Amino acid sequence: MHPQRKKRLLLVVAALAVIGIASALILNAFRSNLVFFHTPTEVATKQVATDRTLRIGGLVVPGSIERSAGGLQVSFAVSDKVHSVPVRYQGILPDLFNEGKGTVVQGVLGADGVFQASQVLAKHDENYMPPEAADALERAGQTVVQP
Amino acid sequence: MKINWFYFSSPPRFYALAGRLSPLFFALALLLTTLGLYLGFFVAPTDFQQGEGYRIIFVHVPVSWMSMFIYLVIAFWSAMGLVMKTRISMVMAQALVPTGALFTFLSLWTGALWGKPMWGAWWVWDARLTSELILLFLYLALMALRAAIDDERRADRACALFALVGVVNVPVIYFSVKWWNTLHQGASVSLTRAPSMASTMLFGMLVMALAAWAYTIATSLKRARTLLLEREGDSEWARRQFAGDAR
Repeated sequence: MHPQRKKRLLLVVAALAVIGIASALILNAFRSNLVFFHTPTEVATKQVATDRTLRIGGLVVPGSIERSAGGLQVSFAVSDKVHSVPVRYQGILPDLFNEGKGTVVQGVLGADGVFQASQVLAKHDENYMPPEAADALERAGQTVVQP
Repeated sequence: MKINWFYFSSPPRFYALAGRLSPLFFALALLLTTLGLYLGFFVAPTDFQQGEGYRIIFVHVPVSWMSMFIYLVIAFWSAMGLVMKTRISMVMAQALVPTGALFTFLSLWTGALWGKPMWGAWWVWDARLTSELILLFLYLALMALRAAIDDERRADRACALFALVGVVNVPVIYFSVKWWNTLHQGASVSLTRAPSMASTMLFGMLVMALAAWAYTIATSLKRARTLLLEREGDSEWARRQFAGDAR
């Protein structure tokens, strides 16, 4: 290779390396601020400030959904299989919201330890298959839902 | 035999090659899109969880892949242009930008349409969505930077440097779902493990991805031809080209 070209190539590679390392360090420093939601364990062990609006993500505990008669008030628990947080919400839930499925709730943690959600989002996983395949997996005792 | 790597970096040779390849890839893109959409909308089975709504994946995932990949290609040609000083490299880097911006916009748009019924929100500020939005801004900035500098060679160098600096965003987009908690689900298809989707669904998606490739090649080559004429309209080969066309 032409020495001039070699020099320029080295410059470009070095510049890319410097930019890459700088971005990696910055992203690493902001790690905790870049998460979209916190886990129930982080909330239960007070790793996050709970005196302001936050998001908690996890699975809806099976059997925990309770709807008020005739109202839009609903309560359920979000768990990461270690800790769980009770949630109260008034409003319309997304179609994919269900027991045992992923969810992200946004709101404030009340003084009574119940999370008052202002928004409930459904988090689905990256598995796509026909219903028959999902049934077969379930019969085989394998869960298709990943937290 | 020694390969001459710079054979097609000669503008007249590239101009002729691009003129032959572009219509070919346009035809291929049309064919693959028809096949891919047919597979996606009529052949692929309903999803166990999202029902028919998941079918937007056949557009969303291919355009999202393409939006990231085009940026990598722009960065590659920019580096080539800076190192080798080949004019065609800079033309290719410039020609790919509008197509990349288009795919990024489509990715965000189809994502919003998918997010509302499934997640319950058009938009959330999670790492995946935010970094993809930054990618759109990078594409728009590349176009603005180009338009702001009158001198072509200075514009080439400025845009090439900008493209190289911005390339760090691409791995951030790709790995964001792995590095941080996001609302966006993880990758269904990756190099390290078996895809987590039914094979007909996967096949339809790959056909659509190939269609996006063909479309990108076709449009960027066509655009590169026009840019090349704009830049070198006064040169000997361009004059001969037009003299030939007129006859």
